[in-house]
Amino acid sequence: MALLQISEPGMSAAPHEHRLAVGIDLGTTNSLVATVRSGVATVLADELGRPLLPSIVRYHADGRVDVGYAAQAKQAVDPKNTIVSVKRFMGRGLRDVAHVENAPYDFVDAPGMVQVRTAAGVKSPVEVSSEILKVLKLRAEASLGGELAGAVITVPAYFDDAQRQATKDAGKLAGLNVLRLLNEPTAAAIAYGLENASEGIYAVYDLGGGTFDLSILKLARGVFEVVATSGDSMLGGDDFDQRVFCWAVEQAKLSPLGPRDMRQLLMKSREAKEYLTYHGEAPITVRLSSGDVVDLSIDTETFCNITQTLVRKTLGPVRKALRDAGLTVDDIKGVVMVGGATRMPQIQRAVAELFRRDPLNNLDPDKVVALGAAMQANVLAGNQPTDQDWLLLDVIPLSLGIETMGGLAEKIIPRNTTIPAAKAQEFTTFKDGQTAMSFHVVQGERELVADCRSLARFDLRGIPPMAAGAARVRVTFQVDADGLLSVTAREASTGIEASITVKPSYGLSDAEIERMLRESFEHAKEDVHARALAEHRVDAQRLLDATRSALAVDRALLAPRELEAVENAVRALEQVLTANDARAIKQATDALNRATEEFAERRMDEGIKRALAGKKIGSL
Amino acid sequence: MHNHFDLFGLAPAFALDAAALERRYREIQSQVHPDRFAHAGDAERRASLQWTTRVNEAYRTLMDPVQRAKHILELHGIDLGFETNTQMPAEFLVQQLELREELEGAVTGKDAEALDRMRSELAANRKSLERQIGEAIDSRKDYAGAAGLVRKLMFLHRLDAEIEAAYEEVE
Repeated sequence: MALLQISEPGMSAAPHEHRLAVGIDLGTTNSLVATVRSGVATVLADELGRPLLPSIVRYHADGRVDVGYAAQAKQAVDPKNTIVSVKRFMGRGLRDVAHVENAPYDFVDAPGMVQVRTAAGVKSPVEVSSEILKVLKLRAEASLGGELAGAVITVPAYFDDAQRQATKDAGKLAGLNVLRLLNEPTAAAIAYGLENASEGIYAVYDLGGGTFDLSILKLARGVFEVVATSGDSMLGGDDFDQRVFCWAVEQAKLSPLGPRDMRQLLMKSREAKEYLTYHGEAPITVRLSSGDVVDLSIDTETFCNITQTLVRKTLGPVRKALRDAGLTVDDIKGVVMVGGATRMPQIQRAVAELFRRDPLNNLDPDKVVALGAAMQANVLAGNQPTDQDWLLLDVIPLSLGIETMGGLAEKIIPRNTTIPAAKAQEFTTFKDGQTAMSFHVVQGERELVADCRSLARFDLRGIPPMAAGAARVRVTFQVDADGLLSVTAREASTGIEASITVKPSYGLSDAEIERMLRESFEHAKEDVHARALAEHRVDAQRLLDATRSALAVDRALLAPRELEAVENAVRALEQVLTANDARAIKQATDALNRATEEFAERRMDEGIKRALAGKKIGSL
Repeated sequence: MHNHFDLFGLAPAFALDAAALERRYREIQSQVHPDRFAHAGDAERRASLQWTTRVNEAYRTLMDPVQRAKHILELHGIDLGFETNTQMPAEFLVQQLELREELEGAVTGKDAEALDRMRSELAANRKSLERQIGEAIDSRKDYAGAAGLVRKLMFLHRLDAEIEAAYEEVE
């Protein structure tokens, strides 16, 4: 598999060449891929013209994998090997997963993230998700006729760090260059805002298959600013199915069901829920493996009664987001409805009642997230002229903190802080001669560590022995534009520095990703080295393109000798680019990166000066 | 330390032209934001991340009255060190205790309206304190005097956060 068409050395890609970039909505129930073609965002359909890909993966004993409709068709026949709603398990331990008893899987409680034993071996949710992403990648490449330069993958705004990291890992495992993780309601706001040229304060109410998000955004010309976000990452359309399922079990007085019967009845429960959106009554008929037949009928009133606590559960986060934003419902200009579950009439009514206005339903709630992601991918790939692009300011949904004495969580970066963000805090030793300190990084709003999500634990060693309280350990939290956290700790009082950087442990280590990649190659009979070579070439080509266009604009910022050094590094990389030596390409790429560090700094300074001089970006 | 006002080309003052600050913040972000460098090399992406982080921090500091006042006082060599130096007038402390009792009462009584009432009274008190801080810093250049007022404002901010958290127990 070649990852790009390699141009001849010296024949750089034209500066305004269109890079193939897609937006992917990796949903609990369905996934979609979209792109911007001739300035218009479009969802890419499969060869049968179907835009949605059911997020269902079936593993065969011989290693074959079915994804989408083929897997969906067999979910009741082969429930243990057919994984549905895998998004619910991303970055989650077994004890965090709701309705375990109603899921027909053979769970394995692995450290960090739950796994599932299938006919093809034990699979992590990251691997399962990557199968879905691979299919969408192939679909996009077939329909666009080329290799993808990058992808934006959407995540629920209320996803914590572990869930985000798992999603990014799945993207990498699928061979995607993940340009950005984008929050789903934010993606919807981009699509909605651009479509309708909206300005003002909007709320996005996004009830998907497994997650609920509520984001409040300020829309102005060229700016999308998230003011506050809230939600529940364990609440979605699936829970409404579960309520119908439990109601049916109770009504038909069924004894505990086997995996196949369970899956059948769940499917019928979902169908009944969907039917009730347009009808007053829905049948639930299932022939069980015992030969018994369940024959029930559920009416709208019963459905509303058994699900009203779920509907109410979405309203708390709405109020919280409004309070966080310092706003009342009267300040909201419109409520954009996103996610298939918002089709339910009782949801529409509850939202209308709370906001005292009719919600906005003029975009397809299934597609709007993928379309917004495609638009953002187009900007990130550099395809959008700079005077027509926009600034996107998003926030972290949950506070990030550290455990202190007594099991209390001290917040370092509060929720709704605009990202990227960093914050440092100093800690000290509490025993004489203490040479190590343990840190526990947590995420959540509660005071007790036990009530927050544990992200990572790490030790800082090599602190010089000192009296208690004399050491000064500075812990820095950095959240990047994907909303992903890295933590650094450094002892600085003596000038001796001991530092460590941790990525939260729910994400997979690079070694694990490599192992999974190797396994998937063994199956696909691909060559790991060929892939590494292709990937290094993509990175190298991207850096060359970026450096050339930077030199074209800001060459004057470099002294002649500095310019020569950069140009030499460019030439050195060009020379190794066509050779089949992955390591040489990597080394020359790293060298060019180092050679352009100072240049990058000066270009940023220059950008800020230009901004303060009040020049319009378009006129530069 | 960084002077956050310089970054936006503003004169350091407690009175703030929020619209001008927001405009400049957005202009700078549109130059340095990581979305502009998603396809660039490592060096540019790293520089962009660092700058954006700093610009966000500066903007957040200046938009928040407590942080803005603390920053101005720090620029004048006054560190509020609020954890260690909390000698407040007794009368003020008694008042704070009473407010917290009122808050507890509202929580036990599941009284969301009482919370709303407390919040709007608090907002009025904060406004008046902010006015006094502005006069102390901008007109009288009385930084030591301003420090006492800022500490009071910090108390009110913390109370506001507690009221905010209480809503979740009441709902």
